[in-house]
Formats: sequence, C-alpha cells, structure tokens
Amino acid sequence: IKMLSRYARSAIFSLPRGMQMATRATSSIQHTLKVAEKIEKTREKALLGGGQKRIDAQHKRGKLTARERIELLVDPGSFREYDMFAEHTCTDFGMQKEKYPGDSVVTGRAQIAGRTVFLFSQDFTVFGGSLSSIHAKKIVKIMKDAMLVGAPVIGLNDSGGARIQEGVESLAGYADIFQANVMASGVVPQISLIMGPCAGGAVYSPALTDFTFMVRDSSYLFITGPDVVKAVTNEEVTQEELGGAKTHTVTSGVAHGAFENDVDALMNMRELFNYLPLSNTDASPIRACDDPWYRVVPSLDTVVPLESTAAYNMKDVVLSLVDEGDFFEIMPDYAKNIVVGFARMNGRTVGVVGNNPKFAAGCLDINSSIKGARFVRFCDAFNIPIITLVDVPGFLPGTAQEYGGIIRHGAKLLYAYAEATVPKITVITRKAFGGAYDVMASKHLRGDLNYAWPTAEVAVMGAKGAVSILFRNDKENAVKHEEEYTELFSNPFPAAVRGFVDDIIIPSETRRRICEDLNMLESKKLKNPKKKHGNIPL
Amino acid sequence: TQRTSSSRFACCRSPVSYSMRVLACVRFAAHKGFGQVRLASTSSQKKYVDLREDRAIYTTDPINYDEPKFDKILIANRGEIACRVIKTARAMGIKTVAVHSDVDSNSLHVRLADEAVCVGPAPTNQSYLRVDKILQAVKDTGAQAVHPGYGFLSENTHFAADLEKIGVKFVGPNSKAILDMGDKINSKKIAAAAKINMIPGFDGEIADEDMCVKVANDIGYPVMIKASAGGGGKGMRIAWNDKEAREGYSLSKQEAASSFGDDRMLVEKFIDNPRHIEMQVLCDKHGNSLWLNERECSIQRRNQKVIEEAPSSFVTPEMRRAMGEQSVQLARAVGYDSAGTVEFLVDGKRNFYFLEMNTRLQVEHPITESITGIDIVQQMLRVSYGHKLNISQKEVPLQGWAFESRVYAEDPYKGFGLPSVGRLSKYVEPNHITGVRCDSGIREGSEISIYYDPLICKLVTHGKDRATALARMRDALDGYVIRGVTHNIPLLRDICQEQRFNEGRITTKYLPEVYPEGFQGATLTQEEEETVLSMAAALNARKIARSKQFKNQSRQQSTYVDPYKMTFKFVTEIPVEDRESKKVAVAVSFHNGDEKEARVTINGKTVSISGDMNLAQPIIDLKANGKEVTTQIVSKKAGEITVVYKGTNFKVKVLPEHAVDYVKHMKPKPKLDLSSVVLSPMPGAIKSVAVKVGDMVSEGQQLIVIEAMKMQNGLHAAKTGKVKNVTVKEGQTVDEGELLVELE
Repeated sequence: IKMLSRYARSAIFSLPRGMQMATRATSSIQHTLKVAEKIEKTREKALLGGGQKRIDAQHKRGKLTARERIELLVDPGSFREYDMFAEHTCTDFGMQKEKYPGDSVVTGRAQIAGRTVFLFSQDFTVFGGSLSSIHAKKIVKIMKDAMLVGAPVIGLNDSGGARIQEGVESLAGYADIFQANVMASGVVPQISLIMGPCAGGAVYSPALTDFTFMVRDSSYLFITGPDVVKAVTNEEVTQEELGGAKTHTVTSGVAHGAFENDVDALMNMRELFNYLPLSNTDASPIRACDDPWYRVVPSLDTVVPLESTAAYNMKDVVLSLVDEGDFFEIMPDYAKNIVVGFARMNGRTVGVVGNNPKFAAGCLDINSSIKGARFVRFCDAFNIPIITLVDVPGFLPGTAQEYGGIIRHGAKLLYAYAEATVPKITVITRKAFGGAYDVMASKHLRGDLNYAWPTAEVAVMGAKGAVSILFRNDKENAVKHEEEYTELFSNPFPAAVRGFVDDIIIPSETRRRICEDLNMLESKKLKNPKKKHGNIPL
Repeated sequence: TQRTSSSRFACCRSPVSYSMRVLACVRFAAHKGFGQVRLASTSSQKKYVDLREDRAIYTTDPINYDEPKFDKILIANRGEIACRVIKTARAMGIKTVAVHSDVDSNSLHVRLADEAVCVGPAPTNQSYLRVDKILQAVKDTGAQAVHPGYGFLSENTHFAADLEKIGVKFVGPNSKAILDMGDKINSKKIAAAAKINMIPGFDGEIADEDMCVKVANDIGYPVMIKASAGGGGKGMRIAWNDKEAREGYSLSKQEAASSFGDDRMLVEKFIDNPRHIEMQVLCDKHGNSLWLNERECSIQRRNQKVIEEAPSSFVTPEMRRAMGEQSVQLARAVGYDSAGTVEFLVDGKRNFYFLEMNTRLQVEHPITESITGIDIVQQMLRVSYGHKLNISQKEVPLQGWAFESRVYAEDPYKGFGLPSVGRLSKYVEPNHITGVRCDSGIREGSEISIYYDPLICKLVTHGKDRATALARMRDALDGYVIRGVTHNIPLLRDICQEQRFNEGRITTKYLPEVYPEGFQGATLTQEEEETVLSMAAALNARKIARSKQFKNQSRQQSTYVDPYKMTFKFVTEIPVEDRESKKVAVAVSFHNGDEKEARVTINGKTVSISGDMNLAQPIIDLKANGKEVTTQIVSKKAGEITVVYKGTNFKVKVLPEHAVDYVKHMKPKPKLDLSSVVLSPMPGAIKSVAVKVGDMVSEGQQLIVIEAMKMQNGLHAAKTGKVKNVTVKEGQTVDEGELLVELE
C-alpha cells in the first residue's frame, strides 16, 4: 500500500492534466514511473478478478475464487503465474470497453509437496468464467509447457461456457484445448476438478483428462442445461438431477469422485497428487514409509467367509494390505462390484483393482469393466504397478448386459490388462471363474506373480452350473456330482499344478510377498511391439 | 489332527463346500505352527503346554500332574470362556473338544481345541443351546466331562441330568443344586431357611401383568421384575409405577422366553442405591467348602456389569467373614459341589441381603483368581473328577487388588452401551503392560455378529493395591487397539479416572449419577485440550512433511527445501456437535530438523511433543512437555486427524492457516430432520412393528421393537404425526442408521 501511494503521489504531482513534459530526460523518468505504476495497477486489478462485488457473490454461493482455490491447492508461496496481463481482443458488443487483466482464467505453475504442477483455474467472477480466445490460449500454453518438462496438469473448472461475444473464436479455443488434452494424454497426468457449472463443449476437456472430480451441490456437468432439455424433449429435470455430483459419480460414471466443498476437494487433490508420477517417463513414486513391508496381517486369514457364497468387503482386504490403510479410491460410488484406487506398498505407489463380492457378488458387468479398464490403462501409461485382487464369479449374464454390449465392454478390461507392461501382481482370494478369471490379470495375460489364497477356486464355473451341464441327464445324483466337482475343482490345486498360479500363499503374508515382488519387479523390462497405437474396442 | 467335522453335523447351507473349506483350514493351521502346539499337548510327557492367561499367578494350589484326571472334556460354549477353559484343561493335560456353530468354525476356541464339532447354524437356539446335538458330540468324541462355561447350558438342569444319564460328568454343581438355586423363587425359600439375610419380596411366581401390578403395590415401588431363570441383566426390569410394571413385565417375559426358554417371572423390592457385592464359593463332593473373597460389581448399566473389582473397598474384614460364612452356609444347605457365586445387595449401612446364587463359573472370576492365586477352572475340573479340595479356608490368600473392565463392542454414547457389530480390522491387546491379563475369544479379523454376546475382552489388571491396579487399568486401556467396531473403551477409561470411582464411592447407580446426561466422552481441562491439539498438530505436520520425502523423484530437486526445517501453521479445532467450537492457531516446527522433536506453539505457550511420530504404528508413545502420553491414530484424512486421548477419540480438524478464512464461506449441508424419522440405533433384527402406513402416532409411542444381542429395545416416535412410510418387516435384519419408519 505504501508503494502504491508513493506511485500515486508521483503521478498526481508530475502529471498535471494535458501538460507536455518539459525535457526529454524528465519525460523518460516520468515514463518509467508511469509504466511501473501501470504494472502495479494492472496487477492489483488482476488480483481482484471481476471485482469485490462478484467475489462476494461467489462466496455467497459457497464457492471460492479462482485464486483462493490455487492458494489452497499448492504449497504456500510456490505459485508462479503466467499471462496475468493477457486480455481479450474482442471488439463486438462493446467488449473493448470491458477488459480484465488476465481475462477469465488464472494459469501458472506451482508445487504440491515440493513437486511441479501446472494448473489453470477458471475465474467465474470475470464474464462468468466464459471461454474466450485468450482464455484458451493461456490454458494451452501451460499444457504445452507441462508436456515439455513432464509435469501434471490440474484444471479447476468453473465456467459458464463459451464467450458468445467472440463467436467462433471461442469454439476454436475449445478445440485447441481438446487437442492439447489429447496430446498430453498418457504423457503427463491430467486432473479436472469441476467446481461450478461446466456445460456444452466445455465438458469435453474434463472428459478427455485422466480424472474428473466434482464438488457436491455446487458443480454441474451437462451437454445442455435443463432449459434446453425441456425445450427439446419436454423433460422436466433440475440441474442437480441432470448433471450434479451424485448423478455423475453414481449413475453416469462421468466423474471419478465428489467432495463436500471447495476446501475439502482441494485438500484431497493434494493427497491424490502425492500418489502420481509426474510423467510417463518417471517411475512410480516411492515415498518415505512408516509401515513395515514385512508386516503380517492376521485379519486377512479370516476375511474370506467359510461359506463360499457369503459376501465380504474387498475394501477390507485392500485397507489392511496397503501402507497405513491409506487408499485413494477412484469412483467409489460407481460400479461398486469392482474397487479401484491408488495406495502405497512399502512407500511405492500402486494401483489396486479388486472385485468386490459385497456388491453384485463381485461380478464383471459393463460398468465395472469400463471402470476397471480405464484405471488399468492409466496405471500402465504412468508406470504404476497393478495389484489385482480376484474374487469374481464371472461376467453378469442376461439380456440387459448382452444388449448393452457386455462383449464389447468386457473386452476393454481384457485389452487393458493384456496390453499392460507394468508389474502385475495378482492374488486370487476366492473365486476365479470362467472368462473373468482370464481377464483379471491372469498368468496368461502376462501376470508377473500370480498367487492363490487357500480359499481360491479357479474353475470354468461353480459346481452347480457345471454339474447341470455335465450331468444334465443324471439329475438324481446331482448332489453327488457336485461334491465330486467341488472336490476336484473348487480349490487352488488345478491352477497351481499347471503353473497358472505361482504359489498358494497364507493370506496374512500377502503384504510381505507383494512388497518383495514389487522390489524385484522394479527392473522389469517388457515392451509391446512397436505400433502407431492399438485398437482398443471402444 | 483329529478334527471331527463330519457331514453328520453338517449344518450350513452347502455341506459340500463346507467340508472342503474345513480341510483347507486344517492344512492352513498346520502350516501356521498350530500343529506343533498340538503335538506337545497330546504327548504322554508331563510337560503340558500352559497357555493360561497370567499363568504365573496360580501358585496357591498348582497343577499336580500325578493326580488322576479326565482324559478328554467337551466345552459346551464359545468365545472367551471356551478359550479360558481350554487353556486350563490343556495345562492340566486334558484333551479338549470344542463345539461351534457354522459361523464360528474359524474362531479362536475352535483353533485352540484338540477337536471341534459343528453343532448347527449361527442362531444359538439352533446350535449352542441344542442339548441333543451337544450330547451327540459328547458321545461321538468320547468326552468324559462337559464344562458348560457361563450362559447357554450352564444352568440347564435337564442338560446336567442328561449327561449324568450317559455317565458323563457335568463340570459344575449337581443338577439338584442347579435346580434349587437356579430357580429364584425356590432359592429364596432355601436361603431363608438357611438363615441368610433376605430382601423383602413376593414369595412365588407372577402369573400375569395384573398380578405383577398388584404384588408391586403390596411391596411398594420401586420393584424389580425379573425372570426366575434370568441372569446377566436379561429378562430384568425396574418399575417405578403401574405403567412401567405392565410394560416391564411383558418385555422381560418375552426376553426370558427367548433367552432362557423359561418365562416364569418374579417381583421383589428394589433397594435404591445399593452396592452389588458377591462372594465366590468353591465346594467339593466331600462336604468341604471355601469362600474365596468378594467381588464388587456395582458399576452396572441396565443391570449388566461394566467394571468389577476384588476385593471391595467397602467391605471390612468382619463383613467379609460374615458374607463368606453365610455363603458357605447356603452352599452346604443345597449340597453344593462346585464353584459358585452368592450375590448380595449391600446398602449404605453395610447390611447385605441375599440376591441369588449363580451356580456356574462367573464372567468376572479372573479377578478372584488374581487375588487368591487359585485357578477356579482347574478346581472345578478337580472336584468334578471327585478330588477333595487341597486347601483350607485359612490358606485362601487375599493378595493385592484386581480390576476387570468388560470391553464390549458397543457404543457407550448411546445409553452407556448399544451393541455394535463389525469386523475387527485391527486388534492389539495391551499384554505388554505388567499385571495385565486379557481373556478374550477373538483376534484380529474376527467378526462381532448380532448372534452372540458383544464381549470383546475381559481386561484384568492386578497390582499390590487399589491405586496400582487402577493405574495399570488406565495404561492398559490407553494401549488397547480396537478398530472396525465401536467399543466402550472411552467410557471405561473415563470411569477409571473419575474421582468418585477412584475414591471407591460407588453404587449400582454410579453411571446415571456421574453421567446424568449420558456419557459424552472425556471432558478435557484447558491443559489436556492443548495436549490433544498439540499432538494432533505435530502428527499432522509430520504427515505433511513426510509427503515431501520422496526417494526416487530426482528431477527438479535443486530448490528442494527440507520439510523438517519448515514451520507449519495450522488452525486446529475439535468440532462439537450443534455449537460453535473453538479454533486454535498453532505453529509446528521440528527442533533442529529432528522429526522426533516437534515444538508446538499454542495459546502463547510452547508444547514440546517428542518421540517416534510413526504414522503407521497402532500405538504411539509420546512425551508432551516431558509427560508420557499414549495415543493412537484412528484415521487421518486431508485436513482431519482422529487421535485417541484417555480412551476417547478426538476428531481434530487441522487446516492450513490460510484455509481457515475460506472455510467460513463453505455452506453447511442440510441435515436430515431426525424428529420425523426413526432410524435403527444399532444393527439387529426387527422383533415387531406396531404401526402401518397411515396410522396416527403420538409422541413417545413405541413404533418398533428391535432385538440385538438378545436385548430388546423399543423405538419411539419423536413427535406426533401420521406414518408416511414403514420400510421394514418383522424378522428383517437391519444395519445401524437404517431408516425404519418415516412420519409426515
């Protein structure tokens, strides 16, 4: 403030209205001071975004401003802003009179727990965060820089949509971002956090990134809003029902998670970031770890119920297996029959995939296949080893699934696992039936270490189903045949004698074994044949 | 390994897969080294494996290996008491047979026993209470005696008589003594005849509600309505007026029918503000009888014991002798020939009245063992075999003091304990502390289910005097790690440091008097609160610092700042429900960059938190300004860390300083209006639904009865209104927090 007032004073004294400078030297000094003042003033203006009134309105909605969000997300004092002085170039509809330094997005780089991140944060207080040409250019610039050095990009989305005044320029801006998203995909991790409205074309940028998270009750994602929906299909729907956090985390699977509010969401992004490698050329991070790698986990010895049809929660297995029970679950509310997420084993980030018998018996269906496949591909792209916990009774049968294309979607998970070259460690905790056995990181799909617990049953199908086919003409002795089949197949031996599982291990020692294996697999070298890209059944 | 789980006892829905699994278990057990223990115990050598808890204390009458004994016994029980009996039997060189329900197939008592027999599915009336199946198991395994533990068949005269018929010993008193004493009406008559001090009451069975009300009025309120066959607080209610007498009578009767299969009820004068003190007796078949000193069991809730101690701080030596002698007098009068307990109510003037006699091993027997050095189970097995007691009354010691805390899976914040269920995802007993004994039947990974008693462990501490034993109890509770189920340690720990309890000024009304609003968690002094906040802040600082400690991130490291040389500024807060909580600014730095030495500035003071701030270990021993503190990290999330202090969980918000200004803009989430819904307070089964959609209900009206752990709980309407929705049916099982009834 002191600095400012000095500039302000000098401006008043040295610049009487309409007077010309007396000498060249004075003019030069005046000019320098004037510029310095202008820089300062512009910076001040930029920091206020759309002005105090709009900031207050933003707060009233329970939302933070673009800059406040950045402050919460990154290490204190580490934010280096880019393009604070950029302005839009639109002259239509009187837009030339209304300019804000930096326009409707704040971009730059910073550090999260000491590691570089590039980020943009859309400013709803400036033109409702609408996307202008310069807005897009700012975003594309940091994305390119991120790729250049290999650092993740986090986008904080809060935008009303395209800058209509700019017309096609705005659309071009979107396309530039989409292109940059696609180029960066698989090179650096990209995370989108939806913290306000995100509608129309704008939704496709988050959709192209690796992870999309939302804030409950204040963020919306949809192609067209409720008004248009009403006009076109005569369907009455609220914003929340159409594209709220609940819709996208439970029903559509568009978002990978939701948080209570802005503060909660940003604090959690820091946690997630800590798991991720910076780029596809970096190894999976290893962080200091307090949890001994050789820790025995007694609770795993009894986690699988004695009754082979009884349910249990695979998340119990995950939480007791991983370092300190820290598990960042991805899509916790969608397709709950598969659990995916990040954890650490002896400090090293791993991706965990597990069928969860607690929901739909842990079967693979369309949604769980897609959820699993996308996660496996992310891990493979960024060198994160994959731990697969298998208890799967098979693919879900029925017309709903067949009509929905379970064949095509199930193939995605198969493709993802088969293609993955990162260390793959698989533990069959109980059922591994039929084609689903093959899919779940089996030995046949280049699993590095495949284990079975004593409760494992690797078979084409369960006893009842098998007997009804094998002995369809001998219904009287069905029980006897079932007993015989169970004796033969409902145990780990058929797989173990063929080398399809490398060992039958005691559940309580699983952590220790996996940590040893990850250590060994650190130097794993496996490359797929050179190709432009594979053709995953999308 | 001779594990008999033949398909004859097959009880689960798919016998085929079950037997396969048991095979797998056996294989697996052998692998784990259980096989070795078993070999040692079944060898003909006289060195037996002694796995008894706190075995070093049993010095008064140690095991005599030359004495004849049973070859094999069956334990008709489950959980901790089955484990307890098995351990002594093994130490004596007796082979053991466990019985179990199908869900218990993998439980600890099954693992400890030499043989195991499955006797049915989970519900107790289809397994542990099935006399026929247990008799069959006895025959099949050739067991010579059956120890019934407590509960289940321990006071079932038919069972004892049936065993006698097939020439198998019942490890307990003869069936006549059980019959005489087990029946409360009959026992009173006998006790009165034996000149034991009696409470005024009605001498006989109560036929119906009307009679209950009439008798209650005759004796004068308050009265106690209880099941003739009851015990352990089940089938028991206190009534202060006619309405309560009616309601209590029918509820208790139902509970009695389902718990004991005997719904005869009786009524007696309820002595207000009494102490509950009981005397352990031990008798043989040769007319010898001993009293093993008293236990004070006054700390109760809903007539279930919470903390017991031996001896009682209220009992004088003269009174002890009088109680002991009356107890032995009663035992002789009924021809008692095993271990038993005579319960007394004691008023403020040290008058004691006979309450009942429990003709079984009591839950709280370990505290008596601690102060006498006598293994009561060993003596029960000896006298049941026919041996004489080796010790005389003069030789019964009274050494030191012992406490027992009953660690239950229940929520102490709801009525001092509502049952909870779950899987013990983490479980560590405080056995590292001197003088601690843990009698439990569970281990990490065990499931606490709605079918059985929610007892996790009987935590016993012993010391040279009351203060030492109590200090050890506090340490033991601080070092006890239980995750996955809600448990009552917060309450136990709070009682252990409460002044009245420490002074021994207790009655059976202790809990409602000390916690008139119900238990609300430990209350902290300013200094204690600063300790909790400092610990939480230091641990959170360590967590944030550690998140920068990468081992393989070599790029862009030239500007790396050692996180342990930074200062972390937080605003901490212990949120309190329904009101504004205090926000406290703290700054954490690590002294000389040492991650074991945190300095926390709080309220203008500096608190040093030192020690290994290991974020993975279940128990963290720290020093706060040099004073030892034991804490546990229950959970750590972004911006929130939950630590345990003095038994209570404190969910501490630890936000970066700059985040605090922003939190105020966050909108509170709308809360469910709790007055118009009835939620299940605990997991359990719906016993009855009294309303249907469209019914008008008035405030306080009972809508639903839910049963869990054999206790029935009525759920009432919180306001007057019309029933909009009923989501449950009779017999359905529900989870905690499930919506049951919605009002308009």
